[in-house]
Amino acid sequence: MANKILAVLEQRDGKLKKISFEVARAASDIAQKLNAGVEAVVIGNEVEGIENVGGYGVEKVTHYKHADLHNYSSSAYGDIIAEHVNNSGNDIIFFGNTAMGKDLAPKVAVKLNAGIAMDCTAFEIEDGELIATRPVYAGKALIDVKLTSGKKIFTLRPNVFNPGEPSGAKAEVEVKEVANPNLSVRVVELKKSEGKLDVAEASIIVSGGRGMKGPENFHLVEELADLLGAAVGASRAVVDAGWRPHSEQVGQTGKTVSPNLYIALGISGAIQHLAGMRSSKYIVAVNKDPDAPIFQVADYGITGDVFEVVPAMIEEIKKLKEG
Amino acid sequence: MKIAVCVSHVPDTATKVKIGSDGKSIDPSGVTYVVNPYDEFAIEEALKTKEQLGGEVVVISLGTEANKESLRKALAMGADSAVLLKDDKQRDSFAVAKALAEEIKNQGAEIVFFGKQSVDYDNSITGQLTAELLGYNYVSVVVDLKIDGNKVIAEREIEGGREVVETTLPVVITAQKGLNEPRYASLKGIMAAKRKTIEEKEAAPADNYVEIIRMKKPAPKQPGKIIGSDASAVPELIRLLREEAKVI
Repeated sequence: MANKILAVLEQRDGKLKKISFEVARAASDIAQKLNAGVEAVVIGNEVEGIENVGGYGVEKVTHYKHADLHNYSSSAYGDIIAEHVNNSGNDIIFFGNTAMGKDLAPKVAVKLNAGIAMDCTAFEIEDGELIATRPVYAGKALIDVKLTSGKKIFTLRPNVFNPGEPSGAKAEVEVKEVANPNLSVRVVELKKSEGKLDVAEASIIVSGGRGMKGPENFHLVEELADLLGAAVGASRAVVDAGWRPHSEQVGQTGKTVSPNLYIALGISGAIQHLAGMRSSKYIVAVNKDPDAPIFQVADYGITGDVFEVVPAMIEEIKKLKEG
Repeated sequence: MKIAVCVSHVPDTATKVKIGSDGKSIDPSGVTYVVNPYDEFAIEEALKTKEQLGGEVVVISLGTEANKESLRKALAMGADSAVLLKDDKQRDSFAVAKALAEEIKNQGAEIVFFGKQSVDYDNSITGQLTAELLGYNYVSVVVDLKIDGNKVIAEREIEGGREVVETTLPVVITAQKGLNEPRYASLKGIMAAKRKTIEEKEAAPADNYVEIIRMKKPAPKQPGKIIGSDASAVPELIRLLREEAKVI
């Protein structure tokens, strides 16, 4: 039986990331079903709008604060969360399955001797126990798991748990100044890819494959992505060919994604690629080959030439925007 | 300097997954097992680190006899020695990490490489768990690494960019694609690997905290509509995305 659930929020550059609201909402929904309490922590320096988490069902947030905690540090963040859990008696801890969550959650797991299930996409309660569903083999299969340890850690796949509209309620925020954070591992610099959205976070992804014929044609993919506020993705073939960076690769040796809309341009749909994107809510495929496997998972398909269809899509969306 | 690299032996990514008769794992029949793709970057980085700092590279894998194939591959690429931690039962990441940490301690390795994730259970945590059990620092999902004396500077991939992380030895690094270009084993390396013995020992026992209740296939996706075969279908596509799917 759960007593108190902890949602670990995430900030970057002093702003809460979208995943924080997803984790807060999922934690408060599950707390309600388990008849348990729920609270949240955020670690950083100045962090804007923490009280807004109240709109997603979390009434209390502890903000651990220090100037050196503005950037992520696994050593400092891990110590703080483990100490919080030990003091507060949380028995279920939720993180986002983000670059930070994947790095940090296992550290906390060892400190708390907690079982850990990563990248969960659904939760059910069976006989009073929390059962998590998580994709394995990049989504070719799913497993339902329960954790048998006293303390339990789950990370939540981004873009899967809909935070819904905030209620307008404000959370109580308690600020705790941290003395001497443990900075044995610390981020000394953040290198941002200018203005680029990441496929792991985007709600729309426009991906290009070998059918784009060369890196010089990816401006079409980029332009369509820009118009839609989307991230640019790529198939393994074009990453291995050096046309696009690996950070854009979608699939089993790239990123597994679940956006609202996935537009596959000139991608045939190798099994590794389909595994990585098939859980997208809507899939659009444009490919000359009507037998391409991508059409087996696409909601909408055009069996045409990307060099005719994509410019037409760009024009049509521009028209819409000009309204 | 002793350098360790931990590898897992996993189904090739081209595998079509079928659920096994136990309903909790995949049916292994007809499945080709390979060294985990991310572990190839880990092996390469271990070898490069040895070339830079001197020392020796030991490769460690937990599993069955079959894992020897991945260990031999690492030996053929240039690892000096190999250890198989024998266990034929399924372990969760934490239980794997406990056995690996034990062996890394035995080996006295101060720089340890993992792939950033195994492409079977996709947890992406075994390296971090092992590091924390050992009390080592770690940096995960690394795409650039410099080790200078005791100091470690690693760049890790994050959403929309990279973090430059500073820490010190002893350290665990989990390798992301892009960190290096794994070398091919030379014929000489393959021959030499055949002559090397793989040390075998029982994996340190550990309890699982994760209980798999069932494995299932994702709900099949219904094939959708083919709207047309040229640019004239675009207005209808955009209308459907706006009015039916409501995603743009």
